[in-house]
Amino acid sequence: MKKAVVYLNQFFGQIGGEDVADHAPEIREEKVGAAMLYNQLLDAEVTHTVICGDNFMGSRTEEAVETILDFLKDVDFDIFFAGPAFQAGRYGMACGEIGKAVKEEFDVPVISSMNIENPGVEVFKKDIYIFPGGHSAAKMRDDVKKITDFGNKILNGEKLLPAEKEGYYKRGIRHQYFLEDETPAYERAIDMLLKKINGEEFESELPIPELDLVEIAPAIEDLSKTTIALVTSGGIVPVDNPDKIQSASATRWGKYDISAMDKLDNREDLAFKTIHAGYDPAAADADPNVVVPVDAMRKYEKEGRIGKLHDYFYSTVGTGTTQKEAARMGKEIAQELQDANVQAVILTST
Amino acid sequence: MVKEIEKAGFTVVQMANLIPVAKTVGANRMVPTISIPYPLGDPSTSKEEQWELRYHRVGVALDALTTEIEEQKVFDVEI
Repeated sequence: MKKAVVYLNQFFGQIGGEDVADHAPEIREEKVGAAMLYNQLLDAEVTHTVICGDNFMGSRTEEAVETILDFLKDVDFDIFFAGPAFQAGRYGMACGEIGKAVKEEFDVPVISSMNIENPGVEVFKKDIYIFPGGHSAAKMRDDVKKITDFGNKILNGEKLLPAEKEGYYKRGIRHQYFLEDETPAYERAIDMLLKKINGEEFESELPIPELDLVEIAPAIEDLSKTTIALVTSGGIVPVDNPDKIQSASATRWGKYDISAMDKLDNREDLAFKTIHAGYDPAAADADPNVVVPVDAMRKYEKEGRIGKLHDYFYSTVGTGTTQKEAARMGKEIAQELQDANVQAVILTST
Repeated sequence: MVKEIEKAGFTVVQMANLIPVAKTVGANRMVPTISIPYPLGDPSTSKEEQWELRYHRVGVALDALTTEIEEQKVFDVEI
């Protein structure tokens, strides 16, 4: 029987929640958590489960990847699964990082599942098979079914179809193959040309990936005459969260007056805390300046290195937040900054 | 967010732990932070160490704002 290894984060590996997101990588010769579901659905046996905390993988990537590759050196396996990561950004990035490394090191098929909004999709879809997944663990069964079905096809040596047919995110890899109806290229090209001339829709066979980069703003010439604003997606708000910003999938943002403050006081002082549900709040609650560095900016202001720290900082929560909402909030905040004559921004994200 | 702010014409620097994500999203000036839950000060170190790290990295962010760049750039930090 063929053998599979499954990678899970601290949560799905049943270690715990955000408080143990720093959990160091480990490997177990058993099926932990979601690995059992994989085992039921696969035409292979899941022999090992690899578990690593999302923050460990995010912050100490090289160390995590090396450790895990080292674990796997002596393991005999035919296929590797990571996730599903749903809309969890750090988990998606972790699945991509380890998946890519396993693919390169051991040359086995690597399959994962992520929601389209997961940043891991854009970064890693070229490196491993990633299937579209649900927003949350409610879709666990569906998402695992999708990737194990595809895994079984590979394990059983069945013919694999292009990304659109199999359902995974396009990797941008071109294969040479014959169409079922054998329409030759010149006919397809003429058809497309005619459609184009007639103003009809057509689908190119060589899509050019869109790169949406923003024009780089010019450098600031003289910081000592510049007003700089702090913006964060780390969810720092006054303890009563007056704007009722959501802890995840935020659609709201707030601006908070810091004109009379040398630093951000903490939760215990009933000043500021974080409402971000995507990371352990202990450190940010104890000292919000680790997320919104008001204290350091004030020091630079006093030293004359910057002209002025803007009287308000702007805050929202960047977990599960869709790109569309983030873009809208960004635009709204930019408008505020323009009206306030701010010239530069430091944006901190968690 | 960082993109919309830059689109509006502001010189902006993103301080983030997941630099690959910041790059993919399209930030142009980036400064790495040390972790997700405590980007600018590790609570297991002394207050002084945390302050030094934060003061240094925010300083790098200020340098980034005054640096002309041709393409996306991650600025180096020393502590």
